[in-house]
Amino acid sequence: MEQLILTVILTSVPLIFAASGELIAERSGVLNLGVEGMMLMGAVFAFAVAMGTGSPVLGMFAGAFAGAITAGIFAFFALGLATNQVATGLALTIFGTGLSGLIGAPLVGQAIDGLPQINIPLLAEIPFFGIVMFQHDIMFYIAVIMVGLCAWVLNATRIGLIIRAVGDNHDSAHALGYSVLGVRLLAVIFGGMMAGLGGAYLPLVLTPHWAEGMTAGRGWIALALVVFASWRPWRVLGGAFVFGGITIMQLAGQARGWTIPSQFLSMLPYLATIIVLVLISRNREFALANSPACLGRIFHTEK
Amino acid sequence: MISLVPRKDISLALTVMTPVIAITLTLVVGAIIFATLGYDPLQALYQFFVAPVSRPDQVANLFVKACPLIIIASGLVFCYRANVWNIGAEGQLILGAVFSGYVALTFSDLPGWAMMPLMVFAGALGGLLWAMIPALLKTRFNTNEILVSLMLTYVAALFIDWIVRGPWRDPMSFGFPLTKMYEDAALISRIEFPGIGYLGQLHWGVVGALMLALGAWVVLARMLVGFQVKVMGFAPRAGRFAGCSPAFVTVMVLGISGAAAGVAGMVEVSANIGQLQPDISFGYGFTAIIVAFLARLNPLAVIGAGLVVALAELGGDSAQIALGMPKVVTGVFKGILLFMLLAGETFNRFHVEIRLPRSAKAKQTGG
Repeated sequence: MEQLILTVILTSVPLIFAASGELIAERSGVLNLGVEGMMLMGAVFAFAVAMGTGSPVLGMFAGAFAGAITAGIFAFFALGLATNQVATGLALTIFGTGLSGLIGAPLVGQAIDGLPQINIPLLAEIPFFGIVMFQHDIMFYIAVIMVGLCAWVLNATRIGLIIRAVGDNHDSAHALGYSVLGVRLLAVIFGGMMAGLGGAYLPLVLTPHWAEGMTAGRGWIALALVVFASWRPWRVLGGAFVFGGITIMQLAGQARGWTIPSQFLSMLPYLATIIVLVLISRNREFALANSPACLGRIFHTEK
Repeated sequence: MISLVPRKDISLALTVMTPVIAITLTLVVGAIIFATLGYDPLQALYQFFVAPVSRPDQVANLFVKACPLIIIASGLVFCYRANVWNIGAEGQLILGAVFSGYVALTFSDLPGWAMMPLMVFAGALGGLLWAMIPALLKTRFNTNEILVSLMLTYVAALFIDWIVRGPWRDPMSFGFPLTKMYEDAALISRIEFPGIGYLGQLHWGVVGALMLALGAWVVLARMLVGFQVKVMGFAPRAGRFAGCSPAFVTVMVLGISGAAAGVAGMVEVSANIGQLQPDISFGYGFTAIIVAFLARLNPLAVIGAGLVVALAELGGDSAQIALGMPKVVTGVFKGILLFMLLAGETFNRFHVEIRLPRSAKAKQTGG
């Protein structure tokens, strides 16, 4: 049982990273559909650096950095040149998938040492709860801390207030003297860094290899998670565990020899995403209560 | 300070030049990336964009490669004009292939004249029905069509994988995940030119694709439906006052693009593969998005744009063979191209004004 829950948590970590980063970007009013591309860039750089230096921790930083740089490309176009955010995000995913494959081509078939498990002293000794919560790799702890940090910054600090103001009404925020594009740039870069970390988690912990397109749609599921979480950070955590659970259910089902063809089990995470999206969005008030009013809208000063 | 100032009037020359400039810039950026990764940039570009079209039959094959892209993009144009973001054409293509495959495999003794129209219809229906899922969820529950249509692509890919490994697998396929070969009546034949014979793999589906693009242009430019689509994209509020229903337009454009993608799937299988297998598309549904943008959402321009992007696809194969590059490198080009096109759109609508700080300006005029 503990083992099963541990696997669920492992599977959900990349989603926690990517979704909470995207959540901040969306709260500032930017819809970046390039999460999948940023995750892949994070994954390939994390793997390459971890292999080259022998240090998975350095790999983790490289992943975060690569994600942030990739997000910078998005920011240059979508913010600097005011291009359509939906199309720019798609371009970023196509570009990131291609470039990560190109960079990673010589790395296919290599293996690295993953991040070591860190047991928190004393707490890890607690039966069941300790095993589930306090016997993880460093990135899991960082992920949970980051979600807390996002929630705190967003709801309890001045910075959070500015981010929300820019996301809800960019004209007013501009009139108050805040730099709309500056705030959005930082939010997008932060989102990229988090997506990069989420991507880095795949080769550093889940499977110690690099494979083309190894994120397998996780970036898109992260985008759905933001809607699922109705733009509240803590709900990302719950949502990610749900999706992690569904992904694991398919593996568990295969292992137990369920008679359902494996393809149908593999459909589960995607179908669940759709169902969850419907359930959330059918209740308009709930869905839109925290959704940034200026999400995806282009800002330029001459109005 | 650098700022974007809207242009008063948009010049035609600029509109035409934007894609050309975008392509040129893409080549430059591509060359830089190749050089950084240690490939000879000129050699790489040659393998990419010249080597694949150096013989007449290769040019014909370029049209074959562009065929599904043109068909899908002709439909997507409607969606994107109406600001409806269908990015699941890949899944709709697969369903089109499955539906038309059902006709081909079940009614295998139908004569050609009945088989072809029925298969086209089935293909369109399959794509249309698959696209109705995001359409109805969008209009009924306000669910985001981007995410739903994309998730359905993964579902469709798994579905065809199951069908060719499970219920529809040919018992004589030695365990390979393949259905029976289609009968001749269900295959799209190659075009035989009098005196020359066959030209590459050029087939009648290509002619159909060109006609479809033309038809899409007529509908969009000359018919009420096309007008409604454009109004909903430009000014949804004005559209509502004029009596257009946003829900109707959403369902319609998703239906059109889904049906087009489904037909593309039918053509791809019937002309090039001849049976169903797990992989029937090389991401055409996604690539067509770039084609639609390169064409600036104009169905006639989709033909040219389809050929350009198909060249990049064939170039990817050629670079893979000649230089040992991974196939995904095409994605790099496609991504950059889309970036450049979007940036071009901005420069079309705005001009960049660089305002110097006051002191610097004073110095300039003073000196």
